[in-house]
Amino acid sequence: MTISEETPPQAPTSRDAANWAKPVDRLSAQGVSGATVDSVTGKRVAGPLQGFGQLWQKTLRVPLEGSSMSPQEVIAIWKERFATFWPEGNRFYAPLAGIVPGEVALLDASPMPGSPIKMSTGVLVLYADDESFTFMTPEGHALSAWITFSAYREGNVTVAQVQALERTSDPLDELTHMLGANRMVTEIWRKTLTNVGRAMGAPDPVVVVEVVCIDKRRQWRHAGNIRNSATLRTMRHTLTAPARWITGRR
Amino acid sequence: MNATSVALDRSGAVATIRIAGDVTSGSEAELMSGFTAAVDGGARAIILDFSGLEYMNSGGIGLLVTLLVRAQRGGVRLLASGLSDHYREILALTRLDEAIEIHADEGAAVAAVEV
Repeated sequence: MTISEETPPQAPTSRDAANWAKPVDRLSAQGVSGATVDSVTGKRVAGPLQGFGQLWQKTLRVPLEGSSMSPQEVIAIWKERFATFWPEGNRFYAPLAGIVPGEVALLDASPMPGSPIKMSTGVLVLYADDESFTFMTPEGHALSAWITFSAYREGNVTVAQVQALERTSDPLDELTHMLGANRMVTEIWRKTLTNVGRAMGAPDPVVVVEVVCIDKRRQWRHAGNIRNSATLRTMRHTLTAPARWITGRR
Repeated sequence: MNATSVALDRSGAVATIRIAGDVTSGSEAELMSGFTAAVDGGARAIILDFSGLEYMNSGGIGLLVTLLVRAQRGGVRLLASGLSDHYREILALTRLDEAIEIHADEGAAVAAVEV
């Protein structure tokens, strides 16, 4: 007797299926350690379409002149040591599982230049493959954004790139953007790419910056995003810290 | 990596852009020229038909956002058809489905425009 084993028919799997985060309604930052404030768990993601302010596309790239690394090697190291490439004054708490699709990272960053207060927020790893990875911001983050980190070959040189599609989340964040936070964010990515360039073996990395305002209009229907504002929540948390310290509550 | 193929089919105020192959950030020129041709031809509703889509990364999704913004700015209605379950999930995950009307096939999308 012959026994034939038949597998049930399955829908064809797209070849990028493993690169995307699985659908999730609310985010969880359980896979992160080290951060003192988790303002991400329970939030939904919010991309450029859900934000309030003007829509900007920022493309920053650095040719890794003098480096022999391939795009795949650059991205592997970038994922592994992401936090170390951030400029001073900002903290990135990587997920324990690493930068893989579906994981959440937490971060502390200045909401605007010179601010003594750090905004606590995070990102979802939306997509990751051998040559790129993309973060998407949660509700409450100052930016409703997608940020893609990638590497590619241009002639004989590997180029590392950051491309952000971002708009501020609410009117308060838009105001801070106009008062200098927009340039500050661009500067964070420029310094990050400089650090990446040096780490990849390029002795004098020169970052090329291209900033384009794709949509000048503000989306007033999303002004209510301010109710989730991590900037406001962090300000309140910081300003009430002495009172909590006196009363012994955290 | 397969090249992006874009074909435009216009009927009155409705245009269909048939997208096949891979959609990545490198597909910008093809997608944008298809969109511009549709709008210049007088389309007030554009159906993006993804029946032939084989692969899309986050760069490709970023292009869809740019298309959406251009459509909203120009008062053009944007619809999608022919998406596999996988790409429907991606559009839901990225919340693009809040701005693009998704239909099972091109016929359903055309019917929705004509209602």
